Order: sequence, then structure tokens, then C-alpha cells
Amino acid sequence: MEWLRLEQWSPYAVGIGIGLLSCVAFVLSDKPIGCSTAFSRTSGMIEHLFRGGIVAEKAYYKKFAPSIEWEWMLVVGIFIGGFLSAKLSGQFKEVWVPATWASSFGSTPLVRWAIALIGGIIIGIGSRWAGGCTSGHGISGTLQLAVSSWLAVLCFFIGGIVTAMLIFNVFAN
Amino acid sequence: MFKTLHTKKNIQLAIGFLVGILFGFLLQKGGVTKYDVIIGQLLLTDFTVMKVMLTAMTTGMLGVHLLRSLGIAQLHPKPGSFGSTVIGGLIFGVGFGILGYCPGTMAGASGQGSLDALFGGVVGMIIGAGLFSEFYPKLEKGILSRGNFGELTWPQLIKVTPWLIIIPMLIVITALLLWVEKSGL
Repeated sequence: MEWLRLEQWSPYAVGIGIGLLSCVAFVLSDKPIGCSTAFSRTSGMIEHLFRGGIVAEKAYYKKFAPSIEWEWMLVVGIFIGGFLSAKLSGQFKEVWVPATWASSFGSTPLVRWAIALIGGIIIGIGSRWAGGCTSGHGISGTLQLAVSSWLAVLCFFIGGIVTAMLIFNVFAN
Repeated sequence: MFKTLHTKKNIQLAIGFLVGILFGFLLQKGGVTKYDVIIGQLLLTDFTVMKVMLTAMTTGMLGVHLLRSLGIAQLHPKPGSFGSTVIGGLIFGVGFGILGYCPGTMAGASGQGSLDALFGGVVGMIIGAGLFSEFYPKLEKGILSRGNFGELTWPQLIKVTPWLIIIPMLIVITALLLWVEKSGL
């Protein structure tokens, strides 16, 4: 079982694994793997704590009820899977500022946290606006040959590449 | 075949959880839960993300369509519109470039100890999704329905059997990945 302790596997082996896992999800659960609705539901559950039952009346939560369901469990599982993999290879480490970020923008946690929070808010809006993320559209949607997903992935990467290039080539010191 | 299994709520939650653990494990082993790897892809200096995504997509494409021919899987293509897919996709891209994680990889990254993914990414994403639900009624009537094309797939659009798209695509993607490896990217 030494391979479970390796730091990194071939990206092709990982890709084949994820492809097969998608098939398993389609057969056993009749569901494409996707992550972003779980965040909407969490948001609804938190809002419910403060505002009560009225939250369930919101148009968006009638579509995606603020409760624990398959995708929500999936996202919790991803967290644990990431932890197990990192722990087994001895890579688990609490890091505030990733190396590439630090080399251009310094290693102040507060700066990285503030920027990450802004990025997170935008990605939260964008993923629900587009109806999916890099998993739901990017892998599960493209493999079904869905037109919406191919178009979405193209836009994810156009937006991402332009933004990253601007940040690292124009704003960096 | 698995119709009864699909209706068992608690078993389904357990399956979702197990699929998630394997998915997170694979993402972390692939290196794609790392900010440096994802941002490297967006800066076009590291092609790990592309390799993982294209291999996952082709494997799943073959598998799911085969299972569908055998009658044990059904497709669930997402509906789309230009106002939702293109505009939303570009907004997502901007956030992706700023954050350096996507919704799935930020969960895996949080698990490996990346605190920027947890306190920035996950918290931000919950706020962002909440903001979207607030504006949804207005957006739904306006921009989200512009240029609506529904749950369309490529085989439906060009009216061919899926295999006429899958087989050529498999060849093109394999050739692309071989070329990427050969040129050392």
C-alpha cells in the first residue's frame, strides 16, 4: 500500500480515477459529481439560523432547498479525502500563504486572506450564475457532451487566465 | 436496475460522502488542490490541471455513454443560456484567477491544511452564493434567461449519434496530451 503514501500520482492515473468515479456516481446515485450547490445550501442553512422559516420561501431556495443532501455530503467527503491523502503522504501542513503568492505579494496572511475572500465571493456568485463549477460543468457536464458545460468551461478558463495573468504580470512587484 | 437504490435517502447520503472522500483523495494526490498548481495552469506554466481534467472527462465520457447504452445510467445535462453560462462563466473565471481554487478543490485544499482556501475560499463562496440567492429573482427574469438553449447536448445539436463525437474527440484529446508530454509541458 506504499502508493497511498506517495506525494503525487500521475495526473493521468488521477484523471482516469475521477472519470471512473463519475461513472459510479451516475450508476449508484443517478447524479453527476458537482460541488457548488452545496455552498448555496450551506448559505441558506446559515440564513435560516438567523431569519427562520421565511428563508425557505426565497425563490432560489425553492429550487435548491437549504438542507443536507447528496452534493453536500460529497463536499464534506472531499474535505476528508484531501485530509487523508495529505496526512498519508506527510504533506498535511497549516499554510496561510501559498509559495507562488508569497513570491510576488509577500507572506502577510491578512493580505492573502482578504484577496482569497474576495475571490471566494466572486466565485460563489459566478458558479451559481453559470449553474455549475469546474466539477459540475468542467468534468461531469463536458463528459455528457452538454453544450452549456463546454461553453461554461471555456469561459471559466478565459476569465481565469486573463485574471491570473493580470494579477501576476501587471500588479506583482 | 438501481432505481430502488436511488430512492433510499440515507444510503444516498452515505454514497455521496464516500464518493466525496475518493474524489478529494484523488484531487489531492493529483496535486490539483494546491494553489501553486492551479495558478500555474492559469499562468500557462503548469499543465497538471488540464491533464487531470481532460483524462477525467474522456474516461467518464466513454464510461457514462457505454453505461447509458446498457441502460444503467441516464444523462443529466445542465440547462444553459448565453446570459447565464457565458456571463456566469466569466464571473467565475475572475474569481478563479483571484482565489486560485475552485469550489471542489477549495474543499480538498482546506483538508490538506491550506487556510486561505478554508477561511478565504469557503467562507467567501458561502457569502457569494448567499448574495446570488438574494438577487436571483431579478436576475432570473432578466439576464439569466437571455439566449436560452435549455438542456442541449452536442449530439442533439448536430443530430448524430454520441459515438460520432466521442470517438474523434478521444483521438484528438489523446493526440493533444501526447503532444503536451512530448514538448515537456
